[in-house]
Amino acid sequence: MSDALVRTVGISKEFASVRVLDNISVEIRRGEILGIIGENGAGKSTFIKILSGIYAPSAGHVEFDGKRVDLRGPRDAKRIGVSLIPQEFNLVETLNVYENIFLGDELRLPSGFLDRKAMIRRTIELMAELVAQVTPEAHIRSLSVAQKQMVEIAKAIKSESQLLIMDEPTTMLTSHEIEILFRIMRDLREKGVTIVYISHKLKEIKAICDRVMVLRDGEYICLEEASSLPIEEMARRMVGRELNQIFPPKSVPRQDVALRVQGLCVEGLIHGIDFEIRCGEILGFSGLIGAGRTETAEAVMGIRKRQAGKFSVGGKEVAMRNAGEAVKAGIAYLSEDRQGSGILTSFEVYKNVTLVSLSDYAGPLLRRRKEMEKTDYYVGQFEIKAPSLEARLENLSGGNQQKVSLAKSIDTEPIVLIVDEPTRGVDVRAKRDIYAFIRSLADKGLAIMFISSELEEVIGMCDRVIVMKEGRIQGELSGERINEEEIMFYATGIKGGL
Amino acid sequence: MTLPFLKRLRPENYLSLVALVVLFILSSLASPYFLQVQNLLNILKQVSYSGIIGLGMAFVIIGGGIDLSVGSMTAFIGAIAILVVNALGGGPWAITAAWLVALALGVGAGLFNGAVVTKGRVAPFIVTLGTMAIFRSLTLYIGNAGQFVSQSDLYGNMGMSSLLGVPTAVLVFFGLAFLLSGLLNRTRYGRYACAVGSNEKVARYSAINVDRIRLLTYVITGAMVAVTGVLLSSRLNSVNSSNGAVNFEMDAIAAVVIGGTPMTGGRGTIWGVVIGAIILGMINNMLNMLSVSAYLQGTVKGLVIIAAVFIQRGSSKAARS
Repeated sequence: MSDALVRTVGISKEFASVRVLDNISVEIRRGEILGIIGENGAGKSTFIKILSGIYAPSAGHVEFDGKRVDLRGPRDAKRIGVSLIPQEFNLVETLNVYENIFLGDELRLPSGFLDRKAMIRRTIELMAELVAQVTPEAHIRSLSVAQKQMVEIAKAIKSESQLLIMDEPTTMLTSHEIEILFRIMRDLREKGVTIVYISHKLKEIKAICDRVMVLRDGEYICLEEASSLPIEEMARRMVGRELNQIFPPKSVPRQDVALRVQGLCVEGLIHGIDFEIRCGEILGFSGLIGAGRTETAEAVMGIRKRQAGKFSVGGKEVAMRNAGEAVKAGIAYLSEDRQGSGILTSFEVYKNVTLVSLSDYAGPLLRRRKEMEKTDYYVGQFEIKAPSLEARLENLSGGNQQKVSLAKSIDTEPIVLIVDEPTRGVDVRAKRDIYAFIRSLADKGLAIMFISSELEEVIGMCDRVIVMKEGRIQGELSGERINEEEIMFYATGIKGGL
Repeated sequence: MTLPFLKRLRPENYLSLVALVVLFILSSLASPYFLQVQNLLNILKQVSYSGIIGLGMAFVIIGGGIDLSVGSMTAFIGAIAILVVNALGGGPWAITAAWLVALALGVGAGLFNGAVVTKGRVAPFIVTLGTMAIFRSLTLYIGNAGQFVSQSDLYGNMGMSSLLGVPTAVLVFFGLAFLLSGLLNRTRYGRYACAVGSNEKVARYSAINVDRIRLLTYVITGAMVAVTGVLLSSRLNSVNSSNGAVNFEMDAIAAVVIGGTPMTGGRGTIWGVVIGAIILGMINNMLNMLSVSAYLQGTVKGLVIIAAVFIQRGSSKAARS
């Protein structure tokens, strides 16, 4: 018997005669962690969807354990021991944790009734294994994003799978949680589980994977030992050309204060926060998940109920009772939850772009032509790839959706732009584009509040960094002190605090 | 010139039009009488009353709600309008007053429905199920379960009037469709209504006053109900408190859905409502001509609604993949 668990033999996939995956023949070895990298649209997701039975290949076939298998759905895949942790959560919000973990796979008593005790016990074991603070009876909707991710992982590793496929599992996790995940992955590998791991974060790929496969525009580029492939080389092969400096150069902020926040309090979450952002400055907000960064942004925007807080924008006091007032005062917010609160996927590109700034296009009838012209401008400026300005957003890739979301935020011509995880789930090239836009906005004099869990981009982008912990500001860094170590010291409470 | 227009057409928008054309051809083959102008005008007139309500209902559904109270609200407003006409002597001023009272009642009822839905956070289905019972019961109580009869010939003449042979109700139906189509497609309000129905959270984060937008969808519907209430009661010059405008909620919702507006909200079409209403009217007309029992017409209507939604689901799925 060979050491190949899975062999793909010339698999291709076409959608409406567009070839998204072209003749891929690879072997996945038993007990390895195989990384798959490539830009958005490179075919990574299509490849794993074929492996997990969600798509049938247009040509070619898959061999599992040396035998040809024709998977007709995820259930078929599950039966032969393939589990998938999808990129988007697949949890029932109204059910609780253990009900989700055992959904469709419930443990039953001999009488046929559900064996709740056993399921709860097993859930506790799984969570202990994942070192996750999640109670089995908690409702999914009450969980944080990171906790939801842990539930997804628990769901996938609950059954003894031979092949575990993870599609960008770390986008929502903090570095601490990522370490736990990596430890679990190594444990699973020890037990002989084969893992296919997709990520945009090349550092993680380098750290965890045994071998790396690169896809580009649906084509196979290479499959090599991770140890022999430096990160720069990975990026180069993904893009197909030299990827120069990903972060734009920093510049010197002006002196005038754009936004001043004083004594901001949100019940149970934010306990008295003061900060100011100057025009042209990118102020980073770092911290672990649950530190209260997003809540701070939402409270500033008037979307979240506050107990206290004074705001002034451009020197003028503003009440910010609701999002409308915040927008009028010149604040724009790019939400961390793109699909949940950022964009309307069933709306056309142009209708998304003008959604917040629609009054600029109404007189009182909407000027469609003007909307189109403005959208066309953003499409050119941001290099948004869309079939047309009237394409619904659900037909765009994540990176392009994010660019539309960014266009929507800045179309109100704000003074202060709050970006919350601006590059989540976005490929390297789109990331670089987004960094460049944000910097160019700052250079035009906008004040940027930059919330991110990716230390690399906080370090690369920000002029000054506020580190939050448990709803308070734990420390503030600038200049040379903006580095990984310092940020983590403050984020975990080793340094700073009162 | 026509190209961008065609490009904007999506299956859910033209499917109902195709159905209308097919039905038209089938009906004209089924009976020679069908194509007579008088018959066609009759169909239009019959569908105008619930159709006008459907125009408002489209906004409610697009905004993610439902309004079941429209049928009994129509009877209630029609009845009050007749009481006002009678009380004020039945002259032109009495009729003007009846119009104003009806509109005020319609807007008021819409405000009530909308306020309980948005401020009270009660599901629209429940709120309007409640007001549906309330309006019917009030009508029965005031009318002692009998008939409201107008003593004004002028009022009855208004209901039977026509312009160049086209019944007033039909003209009002098309006129309002034109206005509300503009409201939906060419104004901020219409865009926001779609956004609210598509994803409330995104709308809220986009600085849209979600509650106000939603409240107004019920107010628009209330106003449309008022128009229908007056037109309908003046056509018959009376309102029957127990079966006046009964099932209008069903006809209005059916017209919206058959016209291509999904029940899940987020988008929709006003001219689709007109098409949907006419399709329903043509089906009834054809059943009459084929002398199918009137009691079976509800069965056919029910099947058509289910089929319409089923076909839309299929087409939107195909469009997505």
